[in-house]
Amino acid sequence: MSSTHIDNGSANSVEAKKTDLRMKEKKCSWASYMTNSPTVIVMIGLPARGKTYMSKKLTRYLNWIGVPTKVFNLGVYRREAVRAYKSYDFFRHDNEEAMKIRKQCALVALKDVKAYLSVEGGQIAVFDATNTTRERRDLILAFVKDAFKVFFVESVCDDPEVIAANILEVKVSSPDYPERHRERVMDDFLKRIECYKVTYQPLDPDDYDKDLSFIKVMNVGRRFLVNRVQDYIQSKIVYYLMNIHVHSHSIYLCRHGESNHNVEGRIGGDSELSPRGKQFAHALRDFIEEHKLSDLKVWTSQLRRTIQTAEELGVPYEQWKILNEIDAGVCEEMTYEMIENTFPEEFALRDQDKYHYRYPGGESYQDLVQRLEPVIMELERQGNVLVICHQAVMRCLLAYFLDKSAEDLPYMKCPLHTILKLTPVAYGCKVEMFYLNVESVNTHRDRPLDKIPRGSALIHRRNSYTPLSSHDQVKRPRLYSAGNQPWLPLAPTPSALMPEGRQSQESLCEGSDFDSPEETSGCVRF
Amino acid sequence: MMLDNDEFILETSPRELTQNPLRKIWMPCKNGHIAQRRVCMTNCPTLIVTVGLPARGKTYISKKLTRYLNWIGVPTKEFNVGQYRRECLKIYKSFEFFRPDNEEGLKIRRQCALAALNDVRQYLSVEGGQVAVFDATNTTRERRGTIIKFAEQNGFKVFFVESVCEDPDVIAQNIVQVKLDSPDYTHCNTEEVIEDFMKRIKCYESSYQPLDEVLDRDLSYIKIMDVGCRYLVNRVLDHIQSRIVYYLMNIHITPRSIYLCRHGESDLNIKGRIGGDSGLSARGKEFAKSLRKFIQDQNIKDLKVWTSQMKRTIQTAECLGVPYEQWKSLNEIDAGVCEEMMYEEIQEHYPLEFALRDQDKYRYRYPKGESYEDLVQRLEPVIMELERQENILVVCHQAVMRCLLAYFLDKNADELPYLKCPLHTVLKLTPMAYGCKVESVYLGVDSVNTQRDRPENVNVLRTTGDALQTVPAHL
Repeated sequence: MSSTHIDNGSANSVEAKKTDLRMKEKKCSWASYMTNSPTVIVMIGLPARGKTYMSKKLTRYLNWIGVPTKVFNLGVYRREAVRAYKSYDFFRHDNEEAMKIRKQCALVALKDVKAYLSVEGGQIAVFDATNTTRERRDLILAFVKDAFKVFFVESVCDDPEVIAANILEVKVSSPDYPERHRERVMDDFLKRIECYKVTYQPLDPDDYDKDLSFIKVMNVGRRFLVNRVQDYIQSKIVYYLMNIHVHSHSIYLCRHGESNHNVEGRIGGDSELSPRGKQFAHALRDFIEEHKLSDLKVWTSQLRRTIQTAEELGVPYEQWKILNEIDAGVCEEMTYEMIENTFPEEFALRDQDKYHYRYPGGESYQDLVQRLEPVIMELERQGNVLVICHQAVMRCLLAYFLDKSAEDLPYMKCPLHTILKLTPVAYGCKVEMFYLNVESVNTHRDRPLDKIPRGSALIHRRNSYTPLSSHDQVKRPRLYSAGNQPWLPLAPTPSALMPEGRQSQESLCEGSDFDSPEETSGCVRF
Repeated sequence: MMLDNDEFILETSPRELTQNPLRKIWMPCKNGHIAQRRVCMTNCPTLIVTVGLPARGKTYISKKLTRYLNWIGVPTKEFNVGQYRRECLKIYKSFEFFRPDNEEGLKIRRQCALAALNDVRQYLSVEGGQVAVFDATNTTRERRGTIIKFAEQNGFKVFFVESVCEDPDVIAQNIVQVKLDSPDYTHCNTEEVIEDFMKRIKCYESSYQPLDEVLDRDLSYIKIMDVGCRYLVNRVLDHIQSRIVYYLMNIHITPRSIYLCRHGESDLNIKGRIGGDSGLSARGKEFAKSLRKFIQDQNIKDLKVWTSQMKRTIQTAECLGVPYEQWKSLNEIDAGVCEEMMYEEIQEHYPLEFALRDQDKYRYRYPKGESYEDLVQRLEPVIMELERQENILVVCHQAVMRCLLAYFLDKNADELPYLKCPLHTVLKLTPMAYGCKVESVYLGVDSVNTQRDRPENVNVLRTTGDALQTVPAHL
């Protein structure tokens, strides 16, 4: 996925300086450099152990919380190198020709990993392959050497039912098996697994691998062994992996019924349902009854309109303050017209970068994502849940499930009186849309066609970048990722703000001070 | 119309919503009775059971976990069997009491465990507790079996926390840090304590049955190895267990200090106004300079500095000349419609709100704003990250600092909103033994006082004089 670049000189020099910076950091402070270095997550496990499932899910989660992450699947590289897959014989450990090709592929993939993390602004690379031998893992460690941190995720499973189900769900439709004949696929794949078993050396926490950082996931999350977690991001990865499950369940997302403010075109506030909104709530109750959802949990925000909607359902529900609609600060309860007239600059700014734009005294979509993270974590833990929320909130949640970038997130269509049913399937999410046939206003504002070109004129309200974790002393320029903005200068602070004699933040963060890390201060890091 | 028949109600009109005036939470009102809805983390109470030889950090973990859970709003209490034993025995003579062949000793110890479990039952089933931490060695499968049966009978979930450590340095340090001051050893010198305690540990070793991967595969537990180097987590059942595991995996015992202070005095502070986003006053800038000197003098290794995203904390940190990180979650409590008002103005325009706040300052939510309770939820990720960190300075705000302080010093919801966090004063917190040492350093720069204590009269019909009784002086 490509992202937009600012095409002016400063961006390029920033990029170049970034690599220089990392070299300098390495020399001046080893420990602090390591806490900020990119990480390679290395998957380990026999085929059909859920490595790709975990890789993709983890990547989706990390990107959603704002950590640029990418998966490098070795199977893809192998399919590039060997056009037509014939049979499991390719994977026999005594097939020298094939072993050579497979090793080549691994090296090419690792080179791409290096490029992604060093030059392209990635923060985490997930190396998705079996990596079942010590030899292969030592190769990776040597290749990465001290440039990146390494965290292993091993999936161990000996439950034959789980493995068979895995094969049926994702291998039958693999490009390796175009004819998709189930029995033949199952047979060949099981033999493929046997090929790996011969040389499989699981992580040994007591001796050989005791100094490595890793998590061993056993039997689809029944048990975990966690060894030497080094930093914040690894701790978050462990927490995430410990909360996900593979039981089938569905998540229903919808907004509150149409509210009085909706009818008037006002944003925010805490108004009641309009008559049509109440109709929707009735229809929602019928919908739930029809679908015979067992043990359905219902969550709402703490704003009246979602609670009123839930009240109609006649089932217990839980109120979450963090599901409240985005805080529009000074623009609360205004119509878009009023905003445009009262705060024309703000109005324009929001259209320039809707994801990062923070309302004065309010929030941005980016803030919302951070706020919603515990909801996502809990949704992962739960079974069937119906979340009755709001437009911006629903967009954020939907973006997580459907892997939408920060570019697209604020423009996703979440109309009133429509329920989205999300069901995890294979490596992604099936979406079904149910419009409950109750009319409502349309609250969607499309992306403006004539975008004002981004440039140095862009002002960001008081540091709308929210750091996710602590990193080292030296501030790095904000990293790129699919959908994330290239680093932009902070609002120039009037000199009155600064204690006498100090430059404004903006000049501190740009150019020159990167050469003397000690002087860099106050930059909001990503 | 029969209003107490739920099904009937569905056919007629939905329950009316009323907003609780204090917490600003919308609740259904049935027959005038307001149904309370709380976000509940666990359906049935949970019994956390520690497992491990003496001096493995069980009590440290128990107390810390209890403090954390209470802070995030989960009523939790610890039950230390050693305490019960001291109550029963009155005088501790020596390690001989713990010898595995001491029949009398075994009887007393078993009785104490049962007494403690009885109190656990009382706390969880009757007193409304949600989590009980049963802090004892629990080193035999038999003892754990008794506890499991007890939990089953009472409908509690059980989660084991085992601490395994063979590093003699860690164990020795443990003994020195917490056993020397134990009531068991009031009249002994250091050598005597260490000698006796080592023999005490030996008494347990022969019968120690650690949680086993195979035999205990159906239990829910976390095994902490070598002070957090490695963890084995088995069958986490629900949300609260998952949070507990995450917390335990983030704490460490490396010595370090946490410095908390507020931004320098701001322009709005001088005017007696709350909230807003103003800059530092002249004295505030002075403070920033003094803070810089203070930090330099302290000569702190690898100090991290955090601020909020409000001007006044950033300005303060700018003066320090070191890199810092901005956290939106550290922003001051949102006073909603009362932002930038003086207390006098709040009394004038919103006397009811002003009185409600005095009635329950922790749960009170400003209209269109936040409560201290909301603040705690907002700050939880900050606390989690503070646990992971080492030396750190947090430049924040009055209400925020009160919440953080309450976490470190185990203050409850009644005390929290009134903790004294004056301007221009740095609190240095150093974790020590089972708690936290606090040093308060006033940096010698004058400022206004922003502490408003709870007035005597909190009745909504009180006079303006009564309401403003405790407002501190300002311009």
